[in-house]
Amino acid sequence: MNVTIVDYQSGNISSVINSFTEVAKGKVNIEVTSDIKKIKSSDKIVLPGQGSFKSCVDSLNSINGLVDTLKEFAIANKKPLLGICVGLQMFADVGYEEAETKGLGWISGKVSKIDNQKGKFKLPHIGWNEIEIQKESKIFKYIKNKSHMYFVHSYEFIPEDIAVISATTDYSSKIVCAVEKDNLFGTQFHPEKSDKMGLKIIENFMKI
Amino acid sequence: MLKNRIIPCLDVKNGRVVKGINFVELKDAGDPVEQAKIYSEGGADEICFLDITASNENRETIIDIVRKTAKECFVPLTVGGGVRTIQNITDLLLAGADKVSINTAAVKDVSFVKEASKKFGSQCIVVAIDAKKVSDNKWEVFTHGGRNKTGIDAIEFAKQVETNGAGEILLTSMDRDGTKSGYDVKLLKVITDSTNIPVIASGGVGTLDHLYDGIVKGGASAVLAASIFHYGEYKIKEAKEYLNSKNVSVRL
Repeated sequence: MNVTIVDYQSGNISSVINSFTEVAKGKVNIEVTSDIKKIKSSDKIVLPGQGSFKSCVDSLNSINGLVDTLKEFAIANKKPLLGICVGLQMFADVGYEEAETKGLGWISGKVSKIDNQKGKFKLPHIGWNEIEIQKESKIFKYIKNKSHMYFVHSYEFIPEDIAVISATTDYSSKIVCAVEKDNLFGTQFHPEKSDKMGLKIIENFMKI
Repeated sequence: MLKNRIIPCLDVKNGRVVKGINFVELKDAGDPVEQAKIYSEGGADEICFLDITASNENRETIIDIVRKTAKECFVPLTVGGGVRTIQNITDLLLAGADKVSINTAAVKDVSFVKEASKKFGSQCIVVAIDAKKVSDNKWEVFTHGGRNKTGIDAIEFAKQVETNGAGEILLTSMDRDGTKSGYDVKLLKVITDSTNIPVIASGGVGTLDHLYDGIVKGGASAVLAASIFHYGEYKIKEAKEYLNSKNVSVRL
């Protein structure tokens, strides 16, 4: 099996590579590339994302044919794709970080700044928080409700259809922290930095 | 609910872990990769490497340590010490660091923080502020491991780095560092009250109560300590259980 981590110069993906390599244990081939042919022929895709919504979308768009290839993979061919952090946020129609920016539009919704209640809550939301599982998800197999995951973000994905939400986390409000829609998976937290439970989520994704 | 983080810090010199008393008199105590792994398995919420010799010496040593550590530790890894250029940050992130901590370079030119956070995202830019008390309710920023006075007010500087895109502040009291007499809670409180980004408390931990004070009285989002964990006085787990018993929420 081939799992491709999309390298589109979206910032630091070393931890994603390290954790997937750790879980793969040599049995699954982990590719790190933006090569469209390789992406097309892979079995699963991981779409990481760091920095701002706008910078990630711009980087994706700057690679010729990448967005169309991802769309064909995930939407037309319905193969498993996991978005992490801004990788998940980009599923939305629109994001408001830096400037209003069009997203991939795969899951209807928007990405807005977390309401920190006039400074009552610090932003970014950094650190370990408990996830509250809202529905069964393939990536949550053997993951206990209220497991701790590592978060770093100031913006949140607000989907139109709450049925896609697979987990939330409690901060200044209930924040959507995982989604599942058909073959599309996304986590706002960083499974690659979330210790054993995070690695388990990665393993679950690889086993789909 | 967001948990308060416990961060063991490993001061690294020439590839070995040391911890200084007020940044002088260093004792050698171990291999950083092994240490980081032990901490990570023991429940550390994050690992921090501070390369205390990076200012002048070869940077390859710390990059190699980061590379090895990142392959075995799956909690966030922050690296500081001698981070001066965008290239320094790129090298550390590529080696597997999740965040870098900038100190002297941020004081010299706060726009470096802006440039770095714009390029890499605020989530990976920590600004380390070393502050020393100069009078009642007044602290000054120091650089070069506490050797150089800058004349810059610590509170004003903290606000400035926030405006420039820092994701977190790592606040060290130079008066308390290495003394084991507890954090400068007053300093912490004034900085956590004047900023809206998370503050990591550092400098002076000698007992588990000091960790409690940093979080509850100082308002810190995370507490960093070196020697109490390093010399085995307390395990991370004990610290967490203690805090939990006093109703401080931690990841158990």
